[in-house]
Amino acid sequence: MAHTPRVASAPAGTPTNISQGTKTRGGIGESTLRPDGTLKVTGEFAYSSDMWHEDMLWGHTLRSTVAHAEIRSIDIGEAVAMPGVYAVLTYDDLPAAMKNYGLEIKDTPVLAHGKVRHHGEPVALVAADHPETARRAAAKIRIDYVELPVITDEASATAPDAILVHEGRDDSHMGHVPHPNIVHRQPIIRGDADEAAKRADFVVRGEYTFGMQDQAFLGPESGLAVPSEDGGVELYVATQWLHSDLEQIAPVLGLPEEKVRMTLSGVGGAFGGREDISMQIHACLLALRTGKPVKIVYNRFESFFGHVHRHPAKLHYEHGATKDGKLTHMKCRIVLDGGAYASASPAVVGNASSLSVGPYAIEDVDIEAIALYTNNPPCGAMRGFGAVQACFAYEAQMDKLADKVGMDRVEFRQLNAMEQGTLLPTGQPCDSPAPVAELLRLVKARPMPPERQWLAADAEGSTVDVRALPGGLSNTTHGEGVVRGVGYAVGLKNVGFSEGFDDYSTARVRMEVINGEAVATVHTAMAEVGQGGVTVHAQIARTELGVSQVTIQPADTRVGSAGSSSASRQTYVTGGAVKNSCEAVREKVLELGRRKFGSYHPAWATAELLLEGGKVVTDGGEVLADLVDVLEDEAFDIELEWRHRPTEPFDLRTGQGNGHVQYSFAAHRAVVEVDTELGLVKVIELACAQDVGKALNPLSVLGQIQGGTTQGLGIAVMEEILVDPKTAKVRNPSFTDYLIPTILDTPTIPVDVLELADPHAPYGLRGIGEAPTLSSTPAVLAAIRNATGLELNRTPVRPEHLTGT
Amino acid sequence: MRVNFTVNGRQQEADDVWEGESLLYVLRERMGLPGSKNACEQGECGSCTVRLDGVPVCSCLVAAGQVEGREVVTVEGLADYARHREDAHPGGGCASGACGTALDAAKRWQAKPADGQSGEAAELSPVQQAFIDAGAVQCGFCTPGLLIAADELLESHPSPSDQDIREALSGNLCRCTGYEKILDAVRLAAARQEETV
Repeated sequence: MAHTPRVASAPAGTPTNISQGTKTRGGIGESTLRPDGTLKVTGEFAYSSDMWHEDMLWGHTLRSTVAHAEIRSIDIGEAVAMPGVYAVLTYDDLPAAMKNYGLEIKDTPVLAHGKVRHHGEPVALVAADHPETARRAAAKIRIDYVELPVITDEASATAPDAILVHEGRDDSHMGHVPHPNIVHRQPIIRGDADEAAKRADFVVRGEYTFGMQDQAFLGPESGLAVPSEDGGVELYVATQWLHSDLEQIAPVLGLPEEKVRMTLSGVGGAFGGREDISMQIHACLLALRTGKPVKIVYNRFESFFGHVHRHPAKLHYEHGATKDGKLTHMKCRIVLDGGAYASASPAVVGNASSLSVGPYAIEDVDIEAIALYTNNPPCGAMRGFGAVQACFAYEAQMDKLADKVGMDRVEFRQLNAMEQGTLLPTGQPCDSPAPVAELLRLVKARPMPPERQWLAADAEGSTVDVRALPGGLSNTTHGEGVVRGVGYAVGLKNVGFSEGFDDYSTARVRMEVINGEAVATVHTAMAEVGQGGVTVHAQIARTELGVSQVTIQPADTRVGSAGSSSASRQTYVTGGAVKNSCEAVREKVLELGRRKFGSYHPAWATAELLLEGGKVVTDGGEVLADLVDVLEDEAFDIELEWRHRPTEPFDLRTGQGNGHVQYSFAAHRAVVEVDTELGLVKVIELACAQDVGKALNPLSVLGQIQGGTTQGLGIAVMEEILVDPKTAKVRNPSFTDYLIPTILDTPTIPVDVLELADPHAPYGLRGIGEAPTLSSTPAVLAAIRNATGLELNRTPVRPEHLTGT
Repeated sequence: MRVNFTVNGRQQEADDVWEGESLLYVLRERMGLPGSKNACEQGECGSCTVRLDGVPVCSCLVAAGQVEGREVVTVEGLADYARHREDAHPGGGCASGACGTALDAAKRWQAKPADGQSGEAAELSPVQQAFIDAGAVQCGFCTPGLLIAADELLESHPSPSDQDIREALSGNLCRCTGYEKILDAVRLAAARQEETV
C-alpha cells in the first residue's frame, strides 16, 4: 500500500547553477579551468552519494549468491518484521506491466523473476532507517535456489543441449543469429580474402584472449529518490545519459515520463559503467512505496555487481603480407562474452567487427564478430567499446608479421597505414585526415628514457631508488634480472553512436543583460562525468556570443536529450548543439541590433558581424555597438536539437554501410622494465601521440589522453575480473583483489597532440576520450614481449605468465 | 552512543551513533560533511582520507567511537587548516601534527564560508589552488583524499622529489587523470610554497 508522500523539498546536495567568467575568461582553444573546480577541491561539490534528505530511508539490494538458478521461493517474513524496516520488495511488488529494462533489448528484470542468470543479480529490495538495518534485514530474506548448469563460454553456450539463457527471445537480432545464446552477429565481407591470401608470402595466425575489465569509477552507484505530491518522483542520480534512463525507468514505475523528474547529481567518473541502469529504478520503487525519500549507495563490493563490465573476448586473427611488407588480407573471428543480459552488446559487436582491421588499408577481409549470452557478469560499455579488444589482437599480429617480413615494426605499420580516402572494411571512405603514419613517427622520435633510470645521483655517486624498479618498495631487485623492452601500437576508434542511430543532442542557450553585463546561460542534459564538458560549453558560449560570464545550469530532464556521455561524442555532439544554439541566439541579437542601430552604420547590412568582448564587431574589428545597448531588457532563450551527419546500419550479411560518424587515432610507445626472475613489470614511460582535430581545451585534452592511456595500462598488467569457470561466480569484487594503477604503477605519459581539422565537425574537433585506451594496452604488451621474448597472447599479463610458474 | 570530537576546529557531538559506524559515515551522514569520499569503504582507495590528530588516515577504517576527544581535519577545513599553519609557523612545516586549529580559529572559519556559487571566490589552500590550476581535477571524487595526503606531504617534505610524491600518494587511487596532472599539481604547490618562504 503506497503512503501519501509529504511535500517534496529540495534535498541537501541539489545541484545549483555554476557561473564562471568574472575572473576566468577563455574561449575555445584556451586551457580554461573547470568552473566546478573550486567546489571539487573544497568538498562542496555534491556527488550522488552525498545527497541527503531529512527523514530519508536507506535502500539496499539483495543479490543472488549463485550465477544460474531457479528461484523456488522467497520468504521475506523475518525481514519485514525487523524494527526500522519500512519496505521489502520483490518481483511481485512491481507496479507496472513492464518489468524489464535494457539499453536496446529489454531483457533485464528489475528484480529476478523465477530465475537468476548471473552472480549478483538483484532479487529483493529493502528500505530501512539505517543502512546497517537494511543490510541485516536483507540478510534475513530466505531464497530457495535450485542451481542450474552454468553457461560460461562459446562451447557451453552453443552446445546442442545448452540451456537458453533467455527463453522466447523476440528482439530484432533473433532473426539473424545462429543460436539463441548469441546476442548479435555481424559479419563483414569485402573483397576476397581467400584469393588474396594466395598472394601472401607470409601468413601469421594468432589466438588472443582479453580479460574482463572493470570501469572502476570511484564514485559508487548512488542516488536519492524523493516522492512528489503528484504521485511522481524526483530522482537525483549519477548517470551518463539522463534521458535514456528516463525511457527505461518510467515504464516499470507505471508513470508517464513527465512524472519522473531527473536531475544529474555529481558524477564520480563513468567510463561506460553508468550507461546502464543500476539503482535508479530500485530507489524510485522504494520511495514510491514508502512515501519517503530513499537513498541508495553501493559499497565497492556491490559496485562490482552493480554495473556491466568490458566484454572479455577470444579473438582469432590471420594476416598475410607480401615479401615487400604489404598486407594482403585479414581474416578474424571475435567472440565477445556479453554475460547474462544484452546491455550494449549489439553495438559492441558492431564496433568490434567494423574496427577489427585497425588503422590499416586492407582490401580483402573476412570478419565475424559475435556476442554471447552466458551466465557470466553482464558486459556492456567501457571506454573503447569493442575496439579495445580488437586493437590488442591486431597490433600483436602486426609485430609478428613485421618480424616475419623482416621489417622494422613501426615502418611496417607506416607502410600499411590507412590515410584520408582509405576505404574501411565496411566500404566507408575515411573522409577526414588520418595521420596514422605521422602519429607513429612522433612517438618513435621521442628520446628514450635513460637506461638504468632507477639510479639516483647523490653526493656519494649514485644509489638505487627501488621505487623506480619492478617490485618497488618490496625491494625485490636492485637491477639484477631487469630487462628493458620497447613496444609500439596504434589504434582506430569511431566517435559518436554509429549504425544509423539518431545521435542528436539538445542545447538551450539564453542571453540577457544582468547587472549591466551581457551574460549567457547554457542548459543541457549532458552528463558531466569529469571530462570537462561544462568547461567547454562555457568556452563555446564565450567564443560564439562574445560574453565573459557564462552560467551552466544543472543537467536535468527539463531540457531535451543530450545523448550519452560516451563514445567520445559529447564535445562533438553536445558541443555542436551548444554552438548551434549560440549561433541562433547570435542571429537574434544581430537582428535586434540591425533594427535598432542599422541606420547608423552601413556595416550592419553589409559586413560579417561577430560578437566579441561584449560588443558587436565587424570581421574587420570595427565596433558597431555594445551588447548591453543592443539587448537592453530583451532576453533571447532558444532550445534546439542538433545532429551530425547521419549514418547507416551495417548490412547484416556483408557488413557494408557508412556506419560511422568520425574516426579517432592515437599511437603509443611503451618502455617497460621486467624483472624476468619474478615476472614483475614496471612501465617506465608510455608516450602517446594523438590527432585531436582541434583542442578546444588543451589542458583537458591532455587529461583525457593521460587518463585513457592509464586505463589501457591497467588492462595490460593488472586489471581483471576473475570469474570462476565452474560456478560463474566473481572471485575478486574489491579494490583489494581487483587492482587499478596507482601513482606508483603509472609512468610518465608525454603527449604529442596533432590538430588536423575534420571539416565535418564543429571547429574541426575530433572526439578524443577513447582512442588512447586502445593502443596503450598493445604497446605495453609489445614492450613486455620485447623484453622477455615470450609470445603473451592474453591480457592482462600476470607474473606467472612471465616466469612460467 | 554519543561521540564528542573536534572537526575542523569546531567541537562536535554526534548522538545515536551505532557502534559499527565509521568516522566516515558520521562525518558524511551525521555532520553534513560529505567532502570525505566513500569510493571503496575498505581502506584501499584513500578517497576518505582525513587527518586524525594530524595523521592522515582512511576515515572509513576508523570506528567513530575511536575519535572520542580527538581532532579531525577534513577537506572542508583544509583551507583554514593550511592558513592557520602558515600563520602559526610561517613557511615552516608541521610534521609534529601539533598545529591543529584552535577554537578561536574555528569561529573565524564560520565567518568566511566558501562561495559555492561563484566557483571562483573562495580562498583556497596552496595545494587546493594548485590542483585546479594544474588540471588535476576531473571527476574529482579522489580529490579530497589526495588533497589531504598532498598537503601533509608538503607539510613534512616541502621539496619532495617525484618519487617522494608518488610514494606519498600511492594510497590514493585516481581513475580519471593518469596521475600526471596530480604530480604537476603537487610540484606546483611545492614551488609556490618555496617562493613564499
